[in-house]
Amino acid sequence: MAEAQKMQVTDEVAISISNMNKWYGTFHVLRDINMTVNRGERIVICGPSGSGKSTLIRCINRLEEHQQGQIVVDGTELTSDLKNIDKVRSEVGMVFQHFNLFPHLTILENCTLAPIWVRKIPKREAEETAMHFLTKVKIPEQANKYPGQLSGGQQQRVAIARSLCMKPRIMLFDEPTSALDPEMIKEVLDTMIALAEEGMTMLCVTHEMGFAQAVANRVIFMDQGQIVEQNEPKEFFNNPKSDRTKLFLSQILGH
Amino acid sequence: MSDTRAETAFIRTEMLAPELPPVTERGIIKWLRENLFAGWLNSALTIVSLLVVFLLLKSALPWWLNGVWNATSLGECRTIAGPEGGACWAVIKARWHQYIFGFYPQDAYWRPILAFALMFVALAPVLYYGLRNGAKLIGTVAVLTVLSLALLDHDVTHVVLIAVLMAVLFAVSWIAPKRLVYVTLLYPFVAFWLLWGGSVWKPVATLLGFGVMVLVYRLIQPRLGVIMGTAIGFLAACFYWLFVQGIITGALGSLPPGLAGVNSDQFGGFLLAFVIGVTAITCSLPIGILLALGRRSDMVLIKTLSVGFIEFIRGVPLITMLFTASLLLQYFLPPQTNFDLILRVVILVTLFAAAYIAEVIRGGLAALPRGQYEAADALGLDYWQAQRLIIMPQALKISIPGIVSTFIGLFKDTTLVSFVGLLDPLRGVTQIVRADINWKGIYWEPYIFVGVIFFLICFGMSRYSMYLEQKLKTDHR
Repeated sequence: MAEAQKMQVTDEVAISISNMNKWYGTFHVLRDINMTVNRGERIVICGPSGSGKSTLIRCINRLEEHQQGQIVVDGTELTSDLKNIDKVRSEVGMVFQHFNLFPHLTILENCTLAPIWVRKIPKREAEETAMHFLTKVKIPEQANKYPGQLSGGQQQRVAIARSLCMKPRIMLFDEPTSALDPEMIKEVLDTMIALAEEGMTMLCVTHEMGFAQAVANRVIFMDQGQIVEQNEPKEFFNNPKSDRTKLFLSQILGH
Repeated sequence: MSDTRAETAFIRTEMLAPELPPVTERGIIKWLRENLFAGWLNSALTIVSLLVVFLLLKSALPWWLNGVWNATSLGECRTIAGPEGGACWAVIKARWHQYIFGFYPQDAYWRPILAFALMFVALAPVLYYGLRNGAKLIGTVAVLTVLSLALLDHDVTHVVLIAVLMAVLFAVSWIAPKRLVYVTLLYPFVAFWLLWGGSVWKPVATLLGFGVMVLVYRLIQPRLGVIMGTAIGFLAACFYWLFVQGIITGALGSLPPGLAGVNSDQFGGFLLAFVIGVTAITCSLPIGILLALGRRSDMVLIKTLSVGFIEFIRGVPLITMLFTASLLLQYFLPPQTNFDLILRVVILVTLFAAAYIAEVIRGGLAALPRGQYEAADALGLDYWQAQRLIIMPQALKISIPGIVSTFIGLFKDTTLVSFVGLLDPLRGVTQIVRADINWKGIYWEPYIFVGVIFFLICFGMSRYSMYLEQKLKTDHR
C-alpha cells in the first residue's frame, strides 16, 4: 500500500445506518441510530455497559437483527435475505471479546476454514494467505498448535488473523481486549494499530482510551441505546460537550 | 517488632539437592497405605473385602475348574463331573453354532462369516480414518476369518477365494486407507446380499435408488439450494424404490449370479443380534443428528415434529414398539406389502435409538458456547457448513460417552426381539437348547456363555470410545 494512502479516509461510504431501532422483546436497546462510516475510517465506540454498543456493531453483520430502519453495508442492505447476509458477512470481519476460535481445529485450520469453504479458494493458496497473516500478527510458529495451547493475547491475534484471511473490507472489534491480562492487551492493540495504519475500515468497541486517541478519527459515545456524542478524539477527550460524556470520562480516566 | 525484621532478612548460600521421598511415601508401600490401609475403617473394609472375595472364589472356583467339555447330555456331564459338581460346557460345544447363527443353513455359514469380516473392513475407515490402525484391524480379522472358514467350511474354493479377497482388502487398507470408504458405502448392499441371498441384481437395483437421489440432488441443488435438493432427491429415490425398482428386479431378479435365498426366520443368535444392532447403530446416528438439529431449529414446524417424535418414542417402551413392528405395522402399510419381520424390527429399533441419540447430541449442542455459532456466522459460513465443520465435530465429541452408552444399550436391547418370536441369543436360542431332552435342566452355562460374548462386545465399544475421546482431545483444558 502506498504511503500516501495510509490512514486516508475516502468519501466512499462503507456503512450507512439510518433511523435504526432494535428491541430485545419489549426492551428498546438501540434507539434511532444514524451513522455513516466512510471507507478508511477508524471509529471507536465507547460507553457504559448496557449502552448497546456491542449490539450496534453486531447489527452490522447481522449477528443481531434490527427491527426498524436501514443498514447498508458496502452497498448491500441487510434484510432477512440470507444471500445478502452471507455476502455482507464474508466482507466484514469480526473479532470477539472471547476470541471464539474453533478449539477442535489447529491455528492454521482456523484461518483457512472460511476462505476454503466460503470463498472456495484452493487449500494451498488459503494456507499461504493464512501464513502471511499469521506472520503479520507475529505468531507464524504457532500455526500447527491448537487454540487451547496459546495464551489469551496470542488467541486474540489468531482471531484477528482469521478474520483478515477472508480479506474483509471492514473489521468490527467487539471489546477485543476486555478478556485479556494487562500484559497481553498491548500485543493485541499493536496488531490493531498496525491494521489501522494500512487503511482498514475499523469499528471498535473498546475502553482503551489510549488506543482511541492514537488511531481513531472519530469517537462515538453511547448511552441508553443512543448515540450521545461523537467527535474527533482530541475534541472528545479534551472538550466533551454533554454532561453524560463528562461523567463517563471522569469515571474511566479518573484514576 | 525488631525481632521479626531481623528474621525477614535471609540469604541462601547454597542450593539444596533434590532427595527421594521417605520410604513410606513411595513405591508399593505408599500405594498400599493410601489405597488399602488409609485408616482403621479403610483397613477393616479391606480385610472384609478380601474375605468375601476368598469365600466367593472358594465356592465358585471348583465349579469352573471342574468344567466338562466332552459329553452328549447333561446327565453324562454330571456323571463325569462327579459329586462335587462342575460346569457343563459341553452344551456350548454341542450347540455353539445355534448361538452364533440360529437356524442359518450350515453349508452357507461362510456367508455370515464373510459378512462379519467385511463389516470390520467397512468399519476400518470409519473408526480409524486414514490411519494404519485400520489395516492392522483388517489384517487380524482376515487371518481369523480364513482360520474359522478353514475349520467350518468344507469347500476349499470358498476358503481360497475369501482368503484372496481379504488379502486384497488388506493391501488396499495398507496402501491407501482412505479408499476403503467405498467398501464402507457398498457394504450394506453386499452384506444384505450375502446374508439373505437371492439374485445379486436386487441389491444392485436398490443401490440405483441412491444413484437417482444423488443425480437429482446434483441437478436441483445449484438452483434451489441444499434443503430442496435433498428433499426432492429423497422423494425421487422413494418414487424409484416404490414403483420402478419392482420392474427392474422383476426383469433381472432371476438372472445369475445369485446365492441361495435364506429366510428371515432362519436367522438367529448373535447373527441376528448383529444384523439388528449394527444396522440400527449406523442408521440411528445420522437420524439422531437431524432430530437434534430439528429440535433446536427456529422453524416451528420442524421443531414441533422433532420434539413430538422424540418425546413419543422415548415415552413408549421398546417392547411396545417391537409388538407394533410385528403386528400393527402391517395394518398401516398398503396391502400386499410384505415387509420382512427383521426389517420391521430394525426400522423401529433404529427410530427408538435415534430418539435417544438425538437427546444425547442435543446435550452436546447445548454445551457449546454461543460464541462458536457466532464466529461461524461472522465468517460467512452457511447453516450446513457451520454445522458440519464447526458445531457437529465439537458437539459429537462432547457426546461420545452418551452416544456409546446408547449404542451399548441398543445392542443389548436386541435380545428383546425374542418377544416377537425372533431367535435372540439370550432367550430364543437358549429356550430351544433347553427344550432338547439331552440338555433339559441346564441353567447357568448358556447364560454365562451369552453374557460373556455380550460383555466382550460392549466392553470393546466402551474401550474404543475412550480411545476416540483421547484422540480427539484438543482443547488442552
